[in-house]
Amino acid sequence: MKIAVFSQTPVDRSTARLSLSYIWVAYAAFGLAALAGMLQGMVRGGLIELPSWTNYYQILTAHGVLMALIFTTYFIIGFLLSGVARTTGGALHAAALRWGWAGWVLMTVGTAMALVTIITNDASVLYTFYAPLKASPYFYIGAALLVVGSWLGGFAIFSSYRKWKRENSGKMSPLFVFMSVTTFLLWIIATLPVAVEVLFQLIPWSFGWTSTINIMLSRTLFWFFGHPLVYFWLMPAYIAWYVCVPRVIGGHVFSDSLARLAFICLLLFSIPVGFHHQLMEPGISPGWKMIHVILTLIVVIPSLMTAFSMFATFETTGRKKGGVGLFGWLKKMPWSDVRFFAPFVGMLFFIPAGAGGIINASNQMNAVVHNTVFVTGHFHITIGAAVALTFFGVSYWLIPALTGRTLTRTANRMGMVQTVFWAVGMFLMSFAMHYMGLQGSPRRTSYTTYMDHPVALEWMDYQRVMAFGGGLLFTAAILLLLILGYLTFFAPKGKTEYPIAETETVQHTPRILERWPVWVGVLVFLIVMAYGYPILEQLNHHPPGSPPIRTW
Amino acid sequence: MHLHRYEKIWLALGAGGLALFIALLCVNAFAMGMAPPSNMEMIDPAQVTQTPPFDNPGLKKVGENEYDAYMTAFAFGFAPGKMEVPLGATVNFHVTSPDVVHGFQIPGTNVNFMVMPGHINSASYTFDKPGEYLILCNEYCGAGHQVMATTITVK
Repeated sequence: MKIAVFSQTPVDRSTARLSLSYIWVAYAAFGLAALAGMLQGMVRGGLIELPSWTNYYQILTAHGVLMALIFTTYFIIGFLLSGVARTTGGALHAAALRWGWAGWVLMTVGTAMALVTIITNDASVLYTFYAPLKASPYFYIGAALLVVGSWLGGFAIFSSYRKWKRENSGKMSPLFVFMSVTTFLLWIIATLPVAVEVLFQLIPWSFGWTSTINIMLSRTLFWFFGHPLVYFWLMPAYIAWYVCVPRVIGGHVFSDSLARLAFICLLLFSIPVGFHHQLMEPGISPGWKMIHVILTLIVVIPSLMTAFSMFATFETTGRKKGGVGLFGWLKKMPWSDVRFFAPFVGMLFFIPAGAGGIINASNQMNAVVHNTVFVTGHFHITIGAAVALTFFGVSYWLIPALTGRTLTRTANRMGMVQTVFWAVGMFLMSFAMHYMGLQGSPRRTSYTTYMDHPVALEWMDYQRVMAFGGGLLFTAAILLLLILGYLTFFAPKGKTEYPIAETETVQHTPRILERWPVWVGVLVFLIVMAYGYPILEQLNHHPPGSPPIRTW
Repeated sequence: MHLHRYEKIWLALGAGGLALFIALLCVNAFAMGMAPPSNMEMIDPAQVTQTPPFDNPGLKKVGENEYDAYMTAFAFGFAPGKMEVPLGATVNFHVTSPDVVHGFQIPGTNVNFMVMPGHINSASYTFDKPGEYLILCNEYCGAGHQVMATTITVK
């Protein structure tokens, strides 16, 4: 179906078309993933049984791949490309458009390949694809195409950035562009090792060209990527928080240099930390695990900076609008504007999510929660609430801005309802997950009572709460798709603002923040320090490898 | 670069709290011996059933009320099937896998670790309360993952 793009858009038509193409693949994946997620909840809650032609782990793989990899990556590229165009003169130049479309085609071919292998039940290995579980080679090739395609999307951003720099030499780049470049620097560096894992370990092994695989190395390469992946989801949400939300509430960017510093911190301290996902594994010494734990926890600093900046912006803006007293400014926030309300609810979810993250990353406490459904609860309130609600809030203005339509009062009100449903569903589901996890209930496990063991029977009530939350989330997902469909095809034509905030006064931003060779250099140093020796050890000193195994 | 005074206080409190927290983690791990399970021993995954002591999984008494439990985790079960120890026993679990990656968790205790082919992983626990403890696999390992469990009875 061709999406009509009308004239009154904040970016030109070709950019809008490219951006919308990414965003709609994202939401198509989101819809399927939401269905799979709801079914999982119902199965685990003991409410339904799946028909014989499918199984829990197949739909779990579909849910993970479609939500965590497809929905996020497509949405992020679509959003950032439009924002880069908006802040560099309203259009992407020809080279950037070509990179953007080439990326979209590669990613879509890869997504289709991975989906077909999941549907034929040849890839029920979950989105972490831990070897020696062996999926169809075409699943891995699809994943590789998805990753390489996303790099091309990143090249579109780099190419626009270079063009802007050439034409504005000596100036600091716009904040949105700086943050987009940081996000894609992180993404490209972080995905290199998983590309190595897929190309040099998994694909030859799954075709039978090599007989065994080094399990430890494959897991280390995966988690080198697996943690920065969550920052790749988070950083575009932070971009919306730092740059777009302040404008929505009629305020300003609190501090340009602090925003940039927070992003540099995220770039540096999200990669050399993967062992915190491997704390309970043999073959990695406690000392190396501790180094990664310390580097992981440093992320507390940019998170606190972000929290401060957000609430400083809210308070300053609220007081200007006449808010008095300690908390009077809160009343002046546009609570009935979904463009503010959805990301704000996401921010609230991020507070307990951050606390849960500290628990997960801590050496000893991890033994209590590792691989329990606590972890599933944790990432459902980070990615599934903080990030997803922000992406929804962005979509409510981004899609009409790109199609040249308007977010009507009714659509806004429906968006508010959708946000409440999503938030309540996520609260119930993740609360139950956190609670059951602390009792020891495992994640990624189909319905089971472990032969009616009393410990497992105690989880059942919470599993039903989890399923009920999942039902609310699915309702919210359908409502979201209906609203976004309306905003794409049917809403009245008109001008919709693409909110980009600026600082109130001219601020001096230290130039060092934009010297990429310095930061990439520091990052490479940290990576070599944290990973160099352990990876050398894993290459030189390892047990006999594992043959491919299919256990489903 | 300008930092607001409140922001300096906020970040200083955050960074101070973080430093204290990290120091406690290090003391816990290295001075108090509570590092996560990190056994460095290796084994040929294809030879597990022929390699002692995993050729004959089970409990071996190593001290007064202390046992080594040599176990294998496989798709979809644990060997030995059931175990029984006296109240107050300390059990040192040593587990490996002949096939895919599994998990080893005893809900209600801090015993929770990954079992990987080619590696042996270990954890110890002193069972001070009687009962039938559930041992389950908490890493997805295939179609029968949800039935992969056993028990250890403490009397």
